[in-house]
Amino acid sequence: MPGRLETEFRAKRAAGRKLLVPYITGGYPGWQEAVRACAANGADAVEIGIPFSDPVMDGPVIQQASQAALEAGVTPQSVLDEVPGLDVEIPLAVMTYYNLVHHPGPERFAANLQRAGIAAAILPDLPLEESDPWCEAAAAHGIEAIMLAAPTAPDERLPRVAERAQGFIYSVGLLGVTGERTSLAHTATDLAARLKAITDMPVLVGVGVSNAEQAYEATRVADGVIQGASMVRRLMETGPDSVGDYVAEVRAAIDRDTVTG
Amino acid sequence: MSTNPETLSAPPDATGRFGDFGGRFVPETLVPACQELEAAFTEAWADPSFRAELDEVHRLYSGRPSILSECKNLGARLGVRLILKREDLNHTGSHKINNVIGQALLAKRMGKKRIVADTGAGQHGVASATAAALMGLECKVYMGAVDVERQALNVFRMKLLGSEVESVESGSRTLKDAVNEAMRHWVANVGDTYFCLGSVVGPHPYPYMVRQFQSIIGDEAHTQISDLTGAMPDVVVACVGGGSNAMGIFSGFVDEPTVRLVGVEPAGGAAIGKGVPGVVHGMLSNLMQDEYGQVQEALSISAGLDYPGVGPEHSYLADIGRADYPNVTDDEVIAAFRLLSETEGIIPALESAHAIAWLMREAPNMQGQTVLMNLSGRGDKDVAQMMDILADADGNV
Repeated sequence: MPGRLETEFRAKRAAGRKLLVPYITGGYPGWQEAVRACAANGADAVEIGIPFSDPVMDGPVIQQASQAALEAGVTPQSVLDEVPGLDVEIPLAVMTYYNLVHHPGPERFAANLQRAGIAAAILPDLPLEESDPWCEAAAAHGIEAIMLAAPTAPDERLPRVAERAQGFIYSVGLLGVTGERTSLAHTATDLAARLKAITDMPVLVGVGVSNAEQAYEATRVADGVIQGASMVRRLMETGPDSVGDYVAEVRAAIDRDTVTG
Repeated sequence: MSTNPETLSAPPDATGRFGDFGGRFVPETLVPACQELEAAFTEAWADPSFRAELDEVHRLYSGRPSILSECKNLGARLGVRLILKREDLNHTGSHKINNVIGQALLAKRMGKKRIVADTGAGQHGVASATAAALMGLECKVYMGAVDVERQALNVFRMKLLGSEVESVESGSRTLKDAVNEAMRHWVANVGDTYFCLGSVVGPHPYPYMVRQFQSIIGDEAHTQISDLTGAMPDVVVACVGGGSNAMGIFSGFVDEPTVRLVGVEPAGGAAIGKGVPGVVHGMLSNLMQDEYGQVQEALSISAGLDYPGVGPEHSYLADIGRADYPNVTDDEVIAAFRLLSETEGIIPALESAHAIAWLMREAPNMQGQTVLMNLSGRGDKDVAQMMDILADADGNV
């Protein structure tokens, strides 16, 4: 049976809504206000980054935010401890790297997420072949294991990723790490289309979706978008309120063609 | 945990594991590239023409085979028979060339135009730049900003060889961050770029492939020491950061049950001695980390060993008790660096001096034994650093 995140996303998609998932680095000053601002301005879920020392899928902006949080003494548990107090209605996911799962053990990590009220998790350095221990532990604790699909995946791989995925499929928008780009890569819509053709799981494009216009473009094919660096840069430069304004702007763009809200 | 009773020098299993260690923990984007590399390496390694080409470059360019030198002065002082495998005499000054020649030939065979490499001390960067120059490949080397500063000569060397050197300002600004940045570059350029990893680390097939390319050290040494002494050594010892020179020489002796294998880690970067299993740089292996799983900075006198992780095959050999992994302090390393220089006229790389430091400490318990030590590199690159540490105002040691 699908979990809370997937259930909500499927229902919203059925109602004609495009899905918006901002990413916020947990532990960076003002992150809690930023998550609330996302929720208040039209986000459908928020992805909370748990900072890791070696974030190999992240570009300079998110690296910088993670490093600042770590230097301030932020730990995985200190981020999770704040989650119940966020008091938002939308589902929350975490994004982190596999060592922070492996170190306490998948079972304990999944239990910690469950206790904090987290719905789902994204682990960008855990590919399909290595995902069994995590997916079993996640399932045991009601955590949806969001899987990533990459533009380099051959056709035979995508159905196996889709089969394993829960919540939604994270369709990696380009060959590269997180960060803002001047235009949406053609790989973003190409891969989303390939995934849409083989699965009815919600497909969200992330990595390299950098502004409202690109979000609009991506959601002409995909069910939604994840935006990270453009959120975190605003959090770092101008604070949580500007994140809320930006979420509203992206929301308006992806709703542009929607007749009923 | 499983051990293969047949041979310890066997390849890893289908998931890229040596016992419990190894695997392929990379972003989805890189999985097909790792699979492609595994297939290409397996095919090339089994192809006599590839092996012949590799052998020719080793002989006519790198200067192989490297010789054995018996250290009669130091051996007499320590009460052991000490024999060095002289990887320091290779072109570019260390064992690193063995691996990069292999990988560069493979990159060309795969039709790649560019290689990207990580480097700590700069030895792998220099070797990669050298191989790229020889084979007409473009080369970009990522190096931590701290290392760029303390190994300025190697940075210039790489540039002289036509490579681009990118200073890495993220994280601890040393080798682990250089590997992160090289991996990020690979994620973005996976189509035309070959990732030339410098040690027996990373996602499968790197730990196995790099070990195979370095196994020439052990293969040669096995024959050479039999010829020289008529027997197997009692001990084979090498320094361990990521662990490629150690795996190279161990591979020739791991299936000789009477030979004791010793990998010497720096006290400030002892992944096996002080770490626990963890996942970074695509592999599950011993890793220095804090109580939450954040990777810790390694801090040692030698940039080449400043690595918080270690190759998964070393974790396996430690796990099954086949090899020991003691560690030595910077002060012991400085003393060893001086001792080999003064007694044998061989200035070792600071990395290699770790093995000597261990022998100085343990020799009283090893009287009369034959010790084969891999002298992985020469110390020219470290002379300026040692001058700062050792010399007085007049430049006297």
